[in-house]
Amino acid sequence: MSIEISRISKTFGKFTALRDVSLLVPDGELVALLGPSGSGKTTLLRIISGLEQADEGSGAIKFHGNDVGGSAVGERGVGFVFQHYALFKHMTVFENIAFGLRVRPRATRPTNAKIADRVRELLRLIQLEGLEKRYPTQLSGGQRQRIALARALAVEPRVLLLDEPFGALDAQVRQELRRWLRRLHDEIHVTSVFVTHDQEEALEVADRIVVMNQGRIEQQGTPDEVFHQPANAFVMNFLGQVNLFHGRVEEGKADFGNVALSPAANTGGTGGQKASLFVRPHDLDIRKTPEEGKPAMPATVRRVQSAGPVVRVELEDALGRSIQVHLPHERHRLLKPVPGEGVFLVVKDARMFVDDFSI
Amino acid sequence: MKKIRFKQHSVMPGFGLTMGYTLFYLSLIVLIPLSALVFKTATLTWARFWEVTTSERVMASYRLTFGTALLGAVVNAFFGFIVAWCLVRYRFPGRRIMDALVDLPFALPTAVSGIALTAIYAPNGWVGEHLEKWNASGLRGSLEAWYAPVAGWVRGDNTGWSSYATGLVPPDLEIKAAYSQLGIIIAMTFIGLPFVVRTLQPAIQELEAELEDAAASLGADRWQTFRRVIMPVLFPALLTGFGLSFARAVGEYGSIVFISGNMPMKTEVTPLLIVAKLEEYDYAGATAIAVVMLVASFVILFAINLIQWWTGAHKRA
Repeated sequence: MSIEISRISKTFGKFTALRDVSLLVPDGELVALLGPSGSGKTTLLRIISGLEQADEGSGAIKFHGNDVGGSAVGERGVGFVFQHYALFKHMTVFENIAFGLRVRPRATRPTNAKIADRVRELLRLIQLEGLEKRYPTQLSGGQRQRIALARALAVEPRVLLLDEPFGALDAQVRQELRRWLRRLHDEIHVTSVFVTHDQEEALEVADRIVVMNQGRIEQQGTPDEVFHQPANAFVMNFLGQVNLFHGRVEEGKADFGNVALSPAANTGGTGGQKASLFVRPHDLDIRKTPEEGKPAMPATVRRVQSAGPVVRVELEDALGRSIQVHLPHERHRLLKPVPGEGVFLVVKDARMFVDDFSI
Repeated sequence: MKKIRFKQHSVMPGFGLTMGYTLFYLSLIVLIPLSALVFKTATLTWARFWEVTTSERVMASYRLTFGTALLGAVVNAFFGFIVAWCLVRYRFPGRRIMDALVDLPFALPTAVSGIALTAIYAPNGWVGEHLEKWNASGLRGSLEAWYAPVAGWVRGDNTGWSSYATGLVPPDLEIKAAYSQLGIIIAMTFIGLPFVVRTLQPAIQELEAELEDAAASLGADRWQTFRRVIMPVLFPALLTGFGLSFARAVGEYGSIVFISGNMPMKTEVTPLLIVAKLEEYDYAGATAIAVVMLVASFVILFAINLIQWWTGAHKRA
């Protein structure tokens, strides 16, 4: 079931949560709405679900080509998973999952035996067999969220919507659960949209990522596209760590103080404008001596932190700007930078955005 | 067999001290005065005790008191729920004033409430005069003619518990608020309302609005959401409010003496009967009736607590 959103706006009093948002979620895909808090991602999700209504006269929402703007949340066939689970605490796990089937009108309500079968099947799917008699308060956060997912899936939704589904869990459980969600999606292939503010989560789980900011969509594309070809400074900044240098573009040449640009850097720009240069920490390399004929930036090592998958080196340049560099361990063993040491930085890759256009 | 441990380590010290104080305080304030009641009653012989506490007039007052208190508490549970829901869930001008109004029945001397209610519901009062008009109207007459077979049937069975029903809706459709059982129910509703509202408010505040969203997204309609999701969560609090409101109504005296008319066998509540005994210097008789009321109230409140404990199973799990 594809979801087609065209030109939706939403205001709460004077606050504009969504400005003219259009989006297409292809059938069977897992899409992440990624953005900082207040970017409108949860509002968009709630409008898709029908829990919230878009502004009068703004745009339309279509499921598989059919306009669902006028139908209530219960009629849209959506499964909704909440950040804080929203499980019914007075019901057992079994009754929680069965809820959506039990409230059906008598004519379409399955028999008790069929409901029990369906609940058991879902418990198998979420790998929590044998817990049906427990109450939600007896379960861990990860288990509760899986129960919430099973409850949403019980009604065989056409679309699955998840609002920060891992937000309330601790780091390790979160990682485990998002991998599990990815595998589950590969199994059941229901069109899914999930909201997150965690770029790592979005990059790992989603087929497509929609980056949102201040009620607008900044970029949409595959994780590779948004990470490697960010459309603007916001996306670049939001997806992973960056070193930011302010400067100016003059007749095709970029001037960022003493930042040395290698020819690979993107220096497209018009003229006389302020611009920002973004360099990811892993796109910087440290040299003991400057290579001949190639630009390099002198800096002083401040701190070296070698525990972790990469070695994090914090440096300070001549202008007092703090610069983060991530070195592979092999490179670190070769260089062995120590705090206080003077070194040279080489930019392997960078992106520049003219300021008017972004932030 | 698990060993019961009385001492529990916590940040706040002083289990011994607080437990000792609790026991001492409860004894001093509650148990000793109540035991005096029992001791005074013990001066009666069993036969005399039985005679005093089961005389026809006293039995009528039990039925009246517990029956009207029950009805008052039911009315309060229903409307108190709506008031509490509205005050917690919605923001509107004057909300704080309305919230404060709820407490007024707590604060007013009950005699003042009684006088105020009587002034309104007496046949010449604001509401009472309209009831009089109704009693004299032709509509009542024609309704009564239509109603007659039912009324006759009810009147034929006008004993025991059903007498409340007949007292509340007189078969002849005459509505008298003051100096009737209806008046007693009105007074009891008035004084009991804050108990229901104040016990429900925190429970409604804690109720996550997401639960309603979840139920709606699963296809539940409003009534199903209310009955299956909201009500089970709020029920223990509602029951507490109901119990408190009921207990308060059973013991109410001040406001009822004004509005009930105090007719023996008809509108004479038990607390009034106790006061009447005291005025006759029949102290043992008064305490005997009081003991019966006390035991009955305790049993009812204990039963309410049990139901609450039972419905709150998921919280202990």
